[in-house]
Amino acid sequence: MILNINGQQQTVDADPDTPLLYVLRGELGLNGAKYGCGLGQCGACTVLVDNRAAFSCITPVAVLADKRIVTLEGLGSADNPGPLQHAFIEEQAAQCGYCTAGMIMRAEGLLRRNNQPAEAEIRAAMQPNLCRCGTHMRILRAVRRAAAVIRKNAEAGQ
Amino acid sequence: MRYVALVLVALAMLGTGGLVWLGWYPAIRPVQPPARTSFPAASIERGARLAALGNCMSCHTAAGGAAFAGGRPLQTPFGTIYASNITPDPESGIGAWSLAAFVRALRQGVDRRGQQLYPAFPYDHFTKLTAADDADLYAFLMTRGAVRAGKPGNELSFPFDHRFLIAGWKLLFFRAAPFRPDPARDAQWNRGAYLVQGLAHCGACHTPRNLLGAEEAGHMLSGGEVEGWYAYAVNGASPAPVPWSADSLYAFLRHGWQPQHGDALGPMREVTDELAGAPDDDLRAIAVYIASGLGKGAMRPVPAPIAAPASSGETLYQGACADCHEKRGGPPFAGIDLARSSATHAPNAIDLANIITGGIPASGEERAPIMPGFGVVLTGRQTTELIAWLRARFGAAHPRDGIAEAVQAARAKTGQLEAAR
Amino acid sequence: MTALSRRALLAAGGALVVSVPLGGQAQTPASPPDTANLPGSLKGAPYLDAWIRIDSDGDITVFTGKAELGQGIKTALLQIAAEELSVRVGRPRLVTADTALTPNEGYTAGSHSLQDSGTAIRVAAAQVRQVLLQEAVAILQHPAGQLRLDDGAVVGPDGRRINYGALIPPGILHVVARPDTQLKAPASFIVISTNVPRVDIPAKATGGQAYVQDMRLPGMLHARVVRPPCQGSRLAGLDTGAVAAMAGVTQVVRDGDFLAVVARKEFQAIKAMRALAAAARWQAPEHALPRQAEIFTHLAGLPAQDIKVLDTRRPPGAAGRTLSARYTRAYQMHGSIGPSCAVAQLLDGVMTIWTHTQGVYPDRAAIAELLDMPPAQVRCIHVEGSGCYGHNGADDAAADAALIARAAPGQPVRLQWMREQENGWEPMGPAMASEVRASLDASGRIVDWDYAVWSNTHSTRPGNAGSLLAGQLLAKPFTPPPPKPIPMPEGGGDRNSIPLYALPSARVVYHFIPQMPLRVSAMRGLGAYMNVFSIESFIDELALAAGADPVAFRLRHLDDPRARAVVARAAEGFGWAGAKPAAGHGHGFAFARYKNLAAYCAVAVEIAVERETGRTRLVRAVAAVDAGQVVNPDGLRNQVEGAILQSSSWTLYESATFDAAGVTSLDWSSYPIMRFDAVPASVEVHVIDQPDAPFLGAGECGQGPAAAAVANAMAQATGKRLRDLPLTREKVKAAIGV
Repeated sequence: MILNINGQQQTVDADPDTPLLYVLRGELGLNGAKYGCGLGQCGACTVLVDNRAAFSCITPVAVLADKRIVTLEGLGSADNPGPLQHAFIEEQAAQCGYCTAGMIMRAEGLLRRNNQPAEAEIRAAMQPNLCRCGTHMRILRAVRRAAAVIRKNAEAGQ
Repeated sequence: MRYVALVLVALAMLGTGGLVWLGWYPAIRPVQPPARTSFPAASIERGARLAALGNCMSCHTAAGGAAFAGGRPLQTPFGTIYASNITPDPESGIGAWSLAAFVRALRQGVDRRGQQLYPAFPYDHFTKLTAADDADLYAFLMTRGAVRAGKPGNELSFPFDHRFLIAGWKLLFFRAAPFRPDPARDAQWNRGAYLVQGLAHCGACHTPRNLLGAEEAGHMLSGGEVEGWYAYAVNGASPAPVPWSADSLYAFLRHGWQPQHGDALGPMREVTDELAGAPDDDLRAIAVYIASGLGKGAMRPVPAPIAAPASSGETLYQGACADCHEKRGGPPFAGIDLARSSATHAPNAIDLANIITGGIPASGEERAPIMPGFGVVLTGRQTTELIAWLRARFGAAHPRDGIAEAVQAARAKTGQLEAAR
Repeated sequence: MTALSRRALLAAGGALVVSVPLGGQAQTPASPPDTANLPGSLKGAPYLDAWIRIDSDGDITVFTGKAELGQGIKTALLQIAAEELSVRVGRPRLVTADTALTPNEGYTAGSHSLQDSGTAIRVAAAQVRQVLLQEAVAILQHPAGQLRLDDGAVVGPDGRRINYGALIPPGILHVVARPDTQLKAPASFIVISTNVPRVDIPAKATGGQAYVQDMRLPGMLHARVVRPPCQGSRLAGLDTGAVAAMAGVTQVVRDGDFLAVVARKEFQAIKAMRALAAAARWQAPEHALPRQAEIFTHLAGLPAQDIKVLDTRRPPGAAGRTLSARYTRAYQMHGSIGPSCAVAQLLDGVMTIWTHTQGVYPDRAAIAELLDMPPAQVRCIHVEGSGCYGHNGADDAAADAALIARAAPGQPVRLQWMREQENGWEPMGPAMASEVRASLDASGRIVDWDYAVWSNTHSTRPGNAGSLLAGQLLAKPFTPPPPKPIPMPEGGGDRNSIPLYALPSARVVYHFIPQMPLRVSAMRGLGAYMNVFSIESFIDELALAAGADPVAFRLRHLDDPRARAVVARAAEGFGWAGAKPAAGHGHGFAFARYKNLAAYCAVAVEIAVERETGRTRLVRAVAAVDAGQVVNPDGLRNQVEGAILQSSSWTLYESATFDAAGVTSLDWSSYPIMRFDAVPASVEVHVIDQPDAPFLGAGECGQGPAAAAVANAMAQATGKRLRDLPLTREKVKAAIGV
């Protein structure tokens, strides 16, 4: 079947009931989305589906044929990180970093809808994602930082 | 012609005047907020348990707000009503209310100043409370932390924004009267009846309402809608494929889940959360009373799997649902076997649509079921196909009734929640 | 100026230069090196080239037996090496724990990495720098004082440069380290004590390969294990026919009660695992677990070894007030976000395992025993997993992967545990109880102190094949070794059981309970979390009885100036003096020095308690930490911030649940941890740097003080003292009453 991943049409060979997570990691070799629980409880697998954050671990690829999927890799690279990725690096918003990809995608979903979120809105938006190391304060700082950059870019007409 | 018009105007004025006259109550003088020491400790304790049974907390507390300080919106067919502050703050709460004013509100639906109260506050149930219970509830509420908090004005469409019309509504639908036990039944049953009909106000959600928003007298507990959820019938019309018993009802109320019936969801979850503070005996009494009204209700046979070729709904079910709902051991934390779910068997698809679209979000840090919502990854059409397949597969009388509309409503509701984040 | 090669210089100079290894006398291989005075891990690996290698191209490789767990150790060690080698931090390559390549530094645990590995690398690198200078002196014919080091080259006063690579003849670094090696003075630090960004974060934020979970080897197969439904269940029957025929399945592995399935694609393996679990029939176990509600009674009834940790008791002087209290702590989980994973391959008689175990050498030894292979034929390479916070499922997953790889020789096998398996089988932090009694004299000073703690072992780490789950499940099972207490000053259940306060008369007893109803092992801090929680809660209870401010009371009993400094700094940063909490809020304070020999940490918190529900919210936290010479201040702050939030989650919410059959808290809905709605408004960490002081481990210094600070704040907010961890909403509500 054909999936639209990070703007590219990708042909994948997978049973239709395969969760997107395993197609991303196994068929396409992408590392961002991760297995944390397979139950939609921790958010380590978070990706964007049509600009909204979703759990890739419980989404069978059968439903995704006409949808636009964005993973961490679609936001930028080590040489050219996107605003959220850059913010997470600047704020050193990681300890073990396993939750980081999911956090960035969840925040991306928020900032695409609303690049001026109030503090309470950021916290509510991030609620589905777990961090066990206790890096929450830095993650929030990184999201705020990225929001400011995105707003500035939007005002500058980029 | 003009003569007819004049008569009509005169009648309307008479009618309005009549209603205003009927609905007029004097103000009761404000008092100083009573000191905690003026209430016996035992009365406050009893009041706490009564408040848990009556679930005052849920309606009278805004999301993220102080307990009992009001401000929570209640969606009704007539518009939005905001719950009032029932903390003992004299300015914005009920701190200036005497016991008499409090009792009048519960029994007659009138506030301290003599204003009619909208029956969104279920005084049609609370009117049944004994004087002793009224006094204990008063003791409890008056000893909570006082919070200065106003609330937004109600957003009701014309003419429902005119309170005096409530007098007419009461004329048609309301009788202030205490509970009368049935001598043919034992004490436990009567206790259950008293609580269900009165304080626990189950019918406020579980009874269908007429066009003017009053509970339909002949259809007690036959199922009703509240805030976009469907509260199943808990009488002989119960859709539960495994029949409820007094034991299973008690367990459900006590713990918020039961193996054959699943987890309490939506507004019912708020009820069972609060019932943690209710005495065991009272929950058992409620269970006994409700069970007595269930009738025999045989288990619906699970129909043979549909012979149609695998539909997209089935693929969706296998890929997204089966793992949790078949292979992880069931409630309280894993999904219920959908053959046993009331939601798949209900007369409409409202709750199925809500749950599948919005999931059960992780909130608080307590042990509670978490279910991912699928509203983001499924389109409305995909959700409709899935629900249609579920209801056909697991058996419901009208598999296609209102599914698309229910899905649309659920998506609108979830979308609002997401936009608010 | 082009770099000069050593050979060219020698040839040009025509002089015979004999370079003599540092240390003076020639060292014959026969005599063992004198390691007694060597600091840190140099004791176990005294040769410089165990730690630092420079090849002829000038490429520098630094070796550590420690592993990156997410605590930032890779970056910190690179900073240390780069500093002493006078190169930029991006220049050296760091090789972490690998049984084929790195020194054996045991486990990355106990907050020892900087103290042991950091110190070893620092001394070794400093000595290597001296070797380089010495060689350069000989070649450039200028005294060392006229030479300078410039990012991998030695530069003479005339501008001649020689790269490090040209200065290092083979074998020159195969010398024993000297304990008196001169280290750089802190005033000249360029890299140490600066916020060098973590070298591993960019890949993690952009989808680079960072974890063992990300490994993809050619031809790699996917595997899943099927564990027994109950502890002690034996496999009664199994029909593998249907599973073996499933799409993509290459084989089913069975050895006794060890069950696994291998497939080409990951989701195929998962489906096959479910089918295999359904096809297996298990006997009910002989023993049921004790009831959770009675666990402390049950533990108290088990035989215990009484270990006298401290006894300086004197008869108390004038009779004063005596207080006593009992505290408990439930079983708690590591709860790693990424369930354990390993990749293994048996190729040409060598079993290679890529694993996130904390101890590659001990795990290698256990797996070698498990497979009945010579240890030299088994190689364990550390690759990062998610945060482990101690002994989680990593070692077992490595063993599982190895067993499966043995059944599929030549092919790499990736074995991933499921969430339910990680929660159900990881060895947990043990349930503990403590009792304390102390007396105050008339002036409100502590004059007598009596503390006892009950606990299972805090380490069942391999070592032995019997410690591995797989080892216990095989048809010919290995017996778990009898648990042994970890001796002080490290300690296990008795870690941090000796208060740092000046106590004229004190006794501390550790009741070590060998029998373990549930599987337990080391969890971050070990006994320190519970002991510091108990001690620091009780100190507050004493302060209250003495009518003293909690901070002043602690200072009154603390002699150690560094301890006093962190206490004062945290209090000052918080605004402790004279602060009045708002209605429903409480302030709490606590302090400890981890193990009484690692980092010092004091924590002050403000909490808010919702009267009607008992819900407790952390509002803000301020901490101060003294970790000796700081290597990466931001990294240190990150660790302490994390400790405060992690500990608050343990303290307010967490307890594993179990029934007769086993653990029932198998996912995040049944074992909830802190989410963003409970995160405080601010967490501040003040770092007190101690230039030139020894490194002190800080990875576990915050959890104990944070727990007690929360409990103390709760006591102030509610007027009630809660002593049973976790301090849940229900317990708070029950204590507050109506």
